[in-house]
Amino acid sequence: MSGQERHVVVVGAGPAGLAAARAAADAGARVTVLDAADVLGGQYWRHLPDERPAGREHLLHHKWDTYRALSDALRAHPAVTVVPTAQVWSLEQVSSPGLVSSSGRRDGVRLNVLVGEPDAAGRAARTFEPDALVLATGAHDRTLPFPGWQLPGVYSAGAAQALAKGERVAVGRRVVVAGAGPFLLPVASSLLRTGATVLGVHEASRTGSLARGWLDRPWELAGAVGKAGELAGYVGELVRHRVPWRPGEAVVAAHGDGQVEAVTVARLDARWAPVPGTERQVEADAVAVSHGFTPRLELAIAAGCALTASRFVIVDDTQATSVPGVWAAGEITGIGGADAALAEGAVAGAAAAGGDLGAGAAPRAIRSRDRARGFAARIEAAHGIRGGWVRWLRDDTVVCRCEETTYGRVREVVELTGSHETRSVKLTSRAGLGPCQARMCGRTLQDLLDDGGTGVDRRPIVVPVRLGDLAATPTSSTHTASQPQET
Amino acid sequence: MDVAADVVIVGAGVVGAACARSLALAGASVVVLDRGAAAAGTSAHGEGNLLVSDKGPGPELVLAQESLRRWTALAGELADELGPRFPSIEHDAKGGVVVVASDAGLTGLREFAAAQRAAGVEAVEVTGDRARELEPDLAPGVLGAIHYPQDAQVQPVAAAEALLASARRAGAVVRTGVEVTGPLLGADGRLTGVTTTQGDVAAGAVVVAAGPWSADVAERLGSWVPVRPRRGTVLVTTPMPQRIHHKVYDGDYFAATQSAGAELQTSAVIESTRGGTVLIGSSREQVGFDERFSAEVLAPMARRAVTVFPFLAETHVMRSYLGFRPYMPDHLPVIGADPALPGLWFATGHEGAGVGLAPATGDLVAAALLGSAPAVDPAPYAADRPTLQALRPTPDVSDVQAPRGICTSDTTESDPEGARS
Repeated sequence: MSGQERHVVVVGAGPAGLAAARAAADAGARVTVLDAADVLGGQYWRHLPDERPAGREHLLHHKWDTYRALSDALRAHPAVTVVPTAQVWSLEQVSSPGLVSSSGRRDGVRLNVLVGEPDAAGRAARTFEPDALVLATGAHDRTLPFPGWQLPGVYSAGAAQALAKGERVAVGRRVVVAGAGPFLLPVASSLLRTGATVLGVHEASRTGSLARGWLDRPWELAGAVGKAGELAGYVGELVRHRVPWRPGEAVVAAHGDGQVEAVTVARLDARWAPVPGTERQVEADAVAVSHGFTPRLELAIAAGCALTASRFVIVDDTQATSVPGVWAAGEITGIGGADAALAEGAVAGAAAAGGDLGAGAAPRAIRSRDRARGFAARIEAAHGIRGGWVRWLRDDTVVCRCEETTYGRVREVVELTGSHETRSVKLTSRAGLGPCQARMCGRTLQDLLDDGGTGVDRRPIVVPVRLGDLAATPTSSTHTASQPQET
Repeated sequence: MDVAADVVIVGAGVVGAACARSLALAGASVVVLDRGAAAAGTSAHGEGNLLVSDKGPGPELVLAQESLRRWTALAGELADELGPRFPSIEHDAKGGVVVVASDAGLTGLREFAAAQRAAGVEAVEVTGDRARELEPDLAPGVLGAIHYPQDAQVQPVAAAEALLASARRAGAVVRTGVEVTGPLLGADGRLTGVTTTQGDVAAGAVVVAAGPWSADVAERLGSWVPVRPRRGTVLVTTPMPQRIHHKVYDGDYFAATQSAGAELQTSAVIESTRGGTVLIGSSREQVGFDERFSAEVLAPMARRAVTVFPFLAETHVMRSYLGFRPYMPDHLPVIGADPALPGLWFATGHEGAGVGLAPATGDLVAAALLGSAPAVDPAPYAADRPTLQALRPTPDVSDVQAPRGICTSDTTESDPEGARS
């Protein structure tokens, strides 16, 4: 098809979303980009707003030129509409005229969107029923609980990074960075560039698994040279600042009276269990910790997209999901970093627009995407969470910070009720019921219960919505509730 | 693994749990099977209502009144048995307040309450001003209300888990992740147990307590029960300091519970939980087991809630969940022996009142199976009652028009007389 009439909605304006929007527009589609933030770039290119521009953004951001090129192209493109501060609060599967494909009309999706600053009253309600949808909703970083992690001064590495990039604020003067994965390196870099002293970067994975993950099939890395170069740059920066990088170690406790004053660092075995006798205290006023990423799956689940066993969105070679008319790109299909996200976005955008994947920029994007996919597998092999971490928990360690449910209470409730089902344990222990809706603790709770279901990722209401805004939502005439019933 | 028991109960929700406890305490050997987890279906997706306020005189009210007494006793019994560390069932006799904003609504509500009083329900008519003393944040437009001090609440998952734990202490065996696949039949055609995905379970009696999935279980066993799913949605706000002290309904709730229509119906049922959240129900739709989220259901619920409590407009909804009530075409649960298949029993079809009716249901099942004296007359809930027998021949049944309760205010979302499937 020509793509002339095709309306592609892209949710998310990080690397994957921006690349998708541009590719879709280049393929001739009308494109709408929805993003909750007030500026483009997502978490990866989080930066100061245009009213407070900084001349040094390029120093803080990898691939800043790529961002400038993409965002400039989108702003200039007549077929592209960018809607900032657009919060997609729910997605419905509708049976009304929706997605159009070569086979004719199909069921489609409706996006319910509120536009405006999050806490403002009377945000404008909008709905979109696109011909094609590209989900590029990204991921948030995951922090495993440890004793003292609820103290002020403990930040997720993502929050520390966001404050550094978005506000130029360092989370502390003496900061410990800990967790797992290559993401720790840019976080340490951002902290250094905002003036903090980084006392150490403690990587939970030991050199053995790092070597297996990173050195196995090294020819694949040759293609991902951009990523390797980026990481090499960060490592060089750490060396210049004499920041020790220590594999096989973790922050297993934070201490302080109302604020972090010190952390305990311990060596870990290959299963991430702390090795007794290796604990040492480090004085610090802040710690930035992340052990991986959790994809933001709410919209994909609401759309009905099939997920892998490790709970990423399943996509085919064109980034199409299992749901006709819905494509996915970036971290929700696998934690692969910005290079993978850019490549996947470009493929998804072109495919969603109905473009020819054998022509133009598409073949290059496909090759680049295929190379980048190997990177996601390497990260998981090298840095994936190992079950021994639960050994650093104590009975009084808070597992759910919203409801202050402790590890001991979760274990006790499981023992008393005999239930290992996450929903039941949530409702009887209160873990995961608070305002963050188990975004922080849901997967931890599932790990503790050995429950691999998708229940904790299912949030039909994606973000809290003012009841007044909900009440003001127009009720359309295409009512989906009164279908003939089954018996 | 093949096992045998006096009774096998299919379904580990609150009704199955109550049956298991009553039977086990009376000395029966009990096996509870659930294809999923315990307390994970309908029991985990409601508010835990223990209500008399929404029931007119009749057998459902009788069951509710008996259950209400039983829950009050159970709160203490379960706490004593299971100890202080067991999650509290959060039994709270907070009372219900039904509000109306129109003279016509008030008239209808007043008549309904008078009939309830005659049947032994505490139903106190209060003025709008008195209603605002009970609930200071009520809208100024509320003209009057009925206060139902007996209405109560439990946390339904904790309550079901507590009943199961108590049953286990009395010897019951609870097996989750085990799905019933078919019947075990004796030479005389009598049901003698069930086949499952994990072996056979021989039993003197099989009790189907599978809520809205009971029709499927009955069919697998070679019988029939006309239970259908009726979907409901609940909204949950972010936690806040408590400003709502009772269960507060608008009058339309009655029309929705008493109606048979398949189309979407909403009304406001608003209350606080111990966790500080406010729960806003409830919708009723017959859309099969469709789990797809529908925003259209939420807007009218939100509008009604804001109409009753204007301050809620500024609060945030952080979660919604939907579940399936076991709906019966004649609005009464089925508790008793299947007339077609000897050895098969039902304890299902409680629609939105399963938590509230569970204890009396369990006692009735135990009394019938063990031959003891029932606390209430079981006849109205029998599976061979005429209203169900009339439906039996055709598997593809349609709704029958059940007697409607009062309709206390305008129903903008729906015309209960209208749609028929």
